[in-house]
Amino acid sequence: MLCNTTTRYGWAAIILHWLIGLIFIGQFLLGWTMVRIASQRTSFELIQLHKSFGFLLLGLVLIRIGWRLGNLSPELPEEVGPVERRAAPAVHLGLYAAQLVVPLSGWVLVSVSVLEIPSVPFNLFVMPHLPLQVSEAAENFWIFGHKWLAYAGIALVVLHILAAFRHHFWLRDVVLVRMISPFFANRSRKPE
Amino acid sequence: MSLRVLGAATLIAVGLLGDVASAVALSDAAGRYAISNNGSSIRFAIGKIGGGGLAGAFGQFKGTIRIDGGDIARSKVDITIFPDSVGTGQGRIDAFLKSDAVFDVANSRQITFRSTSVQRTGDNSAIITGQLTARGHTNTEKFTAELQGLKGGQIRFRVSGQVFRSRYQMDVGTPIYSNIVAFDMEFSGRRG
Repeated sequence: MLCNTTTRYGWAAIILHWLIGLIFIGQFLLGWTMVRIASQRTSFELIQLHKSFGFLLLGLVLIRIGWRLGNLSPELPEEVGPVERRAAPAVHLGLYAAQLVVPLSGWVLVSVSVLEIPSVPFNLFVMPHLPLQVSEAAENFWIFGHKWLAYAGIALVVLHILAAFRHHFWLRDVVLVRMISPFFANRSRKPE
Repeated sequence: MSLRVLGAATLIAVGLLGDVASAVALSDAAGRYAISNNGSSIRFAIGKIGGGGLAGAFGQFKGTIRIDGGDIARSKVDITIFPDSVGTGQGRIDAFLKSDAVFDVANSRQITFRSTSVQRTGDNSAIITGQLTARGHTNTEKFTAELQGLKGGQIRFRVSGQVFRSRYQMDVGTPIYSNIVAFDMEFSGRRG
């Protein structure tokens, strides 16, 4: 039940999927809020929290990519058309890329920032800055890059959620429910 | 036995002579001095996790030093710092320090120190204890003062000490940035 098969996701993939999804969406909302909040003190604390979850996300995504490469991927239901068969892997690839690149770009941003604020995830340990040149210009570039990569990533997440709802409510297949529990993978969801 | 008594008497005599010599010097310094921004400085430094730290200075402050030649313990020191004048060399950090996160200059325009006791620790040094008030919080703090020079009615002191910023609701960023603020101050005053 831990590993994937050709028909279902195992618990490891399911837990990683929902955990990463929640953190990714939460990070987007936190990032949006922290730069708009009036209180500088709260803003500073939210930014440190955002950095902490960013490093957690990066770690989880690396585990997830490793798990994905070392495991089978469940096949799409037979009814799925050729367009979606090609689009789904592309969106999934984009999602993996976003999950990796968005937190990485955040790490680059804090590394080139002239403020040189250390990153201490959840106040547990010091995460060293990447060996990059600190400058105002580099910081401004990566503020822009990190923000727009996050917007692109959240757009893919929305697309992914809409596709899941389409499968669940319109096509009435197991694509969504098999990502909730391995026990749901063999359920028939077609009307009797 | 008599040699011991003689030795002790000599030590006491030397001590007394030393005290008398110092008392004469302090009598020379007795008077009221107005602290001048010219030739004075209030610098501070806060360590950060992983090394390095944040350093800055206050550009505007005022104060008086009143040295009681007869009883040094009755001497008085009053300092008022205007936190709006804080400078670190990085505009964004200055803005952050002035914000509600740290000094909250919009609501708290002054930081004051009023001495309550002066304890002489050497010919030219003393520990100054007093009430430090910032952001509406008052606490007892101690600073070490060292007389650097006295010439033509001009007096110079070097004052150092450490303050826990959490006592003044300024603990944003801990433990990334140390809770301890190290002050290194030089005061130049003219008698009158």
